[in-house]
Amino acid sequence: MTTIADDLARLEDIVRRLEADDVELDAALALFEEGIARLRAARERLAAADLKVQTVLEEADGELRYQDLDG
Amino acid sequence: MALSLPTTPIAPTDDVWSVSRLTAAAKRLVEGEFMPLWVRGEVVACKPWPSGHWYFNLRDATCQVRCCMWKRDAARAGKPPADGTEVFVLGKPAIYEAKGEFQLNVSRLIPTASIGLAQQEFERVKALLHRDGLFDLARKRALPEFAATLAIVTSTAGAALRDIITVARRRWPCARLLVIDARVQGDGAVDALARALALVNRLDDIDLCIVGRGGGGREDLAAFNAEAVCRALAAVRVPTISAVGHETDISLTDLVADLRAPTPSAAAELALADGREVRRQLDDLAARMAGALGGRTRLGAEQVERAGDRLQAAMTATLERRRQRLARLSAQLDALSPLRVLQRGYAVPTGPDGRVLKRQSEFTPGEPFTLRVVDGSVPARVEPR
Repeated sequence: MTTIADDLARLEDIVRRLEADDVELDAALALFEEGIARLRAARERLAAADLKVQTVLEEADGELRYQDLDG
Repeated sequence: MALSLPTTPIAPTDDVWSVSRLTAAAKRLVEGEFMPLWVRGEVVACKPWPSGHWYFNLRDATCQVRCCMWKRDAARAGKPPADGTEVFVLGKPAIYEAKGEFQLNVSRLIPTASIGLAQQEFERVKALLHRDGLFDLARKRALPEFAATLAIVTSTAGAALRDIITVARRRWPCARLLVIDARVQGDGAVDALARALALVNRLDDIDLCIVGRGGGGREDLAAFNAEAVCRALAAVRVPTISAVGHETDISLTDLVADLRAPTPSAAAELALADGREVRRQLDDLAARMAGALGGRTRLGAEQVERAGDRLQAAMTATLERRRQRLARLSAQLDALSPLRVLQRGYAVPTGPDGRVLKRQSEFTPGEPFTLRVVDGSVPARVEPR
């Protein structure tokens, strides 16, 4: 699973390569399209604004149980 | 003109106060004047009532004052102090109207001797942990730049958790908080905290751990100075932040953790990236990308501008400014996309190996190639010469 950190790092990389000007046009276009997709993904991730809060309990048998916390 | 003589209220019927009025006035005066304050004295005749409340006197060489401590506060203070115990009490001066008594409503009671003992224990544990290298700066790990999942060790009933949740919602709402409930003061707090910290190592994909509590008195923070808790914290496999809400005192967990935060809210600020900052960063990258490719495809800035304007007009005014800017940039990027170029009637020829054919020399007479157009691709062949 990619993260915002991955998206930002890859975008930095894409922009640097596009700015370097030594990329073939078709490679540049592919990079550009990937960049757009990454931007969208990162923005959607930021917009998915539901903070998830769970409590973790250890059951008697040692298993962990996750429970959503309201509030 | 005759002067009227001033009358003095010497007759008891002229201006008489009731006892209730007097005590109520005294109560207002006393209770309005004093904030809760610490008083040092010796306990005399401490009497726990079946209701759970305690009544006692506090005295020094010449004076004494009635004290009462309500059930909830008394329960936190442990055993009733024996006669002659020297104590610090935190109390608010008050008047008990029914009896016309001046008294101190005590909320905290600490034997002066226990302060000394606590200090000794603090120094002992500190020396031990120092010897074992738990405070070494070389041990300190950097916090991850984008923590996604946080383990929070605190009391689920406490203010600390609420504060952390509030900050997380504002800064980085895509985060996930896993809360491990632990008593943070009183009997059993040391065991509970140490167990909770050990549990953190059993959670998958944790980026960071915050251990802490809201503000409290010095004696309420004792568990955060306990050796077992400090060692459990040192054993946590991800970077740790200690957030024990007390302005002046440093707890030993503060020294063991990778980072100390003055309050739980501050810990959350340190732990989580700021979403607004990241949006700005994305804006910036989008602009640079558009600029770089704009140069490559020789699409005029004017054209880019027009595409942006169209999109902006379509946006609803309620969207926040930053979102508008980012969306506009994405639209500009779309306008620069090769797919848009194809939409204007251009086609891109690619060879059997998928490479773009750019020069005459790359076309071999009689050979097939593919034309990529806006809605798909068309098989084609170079006319034989």
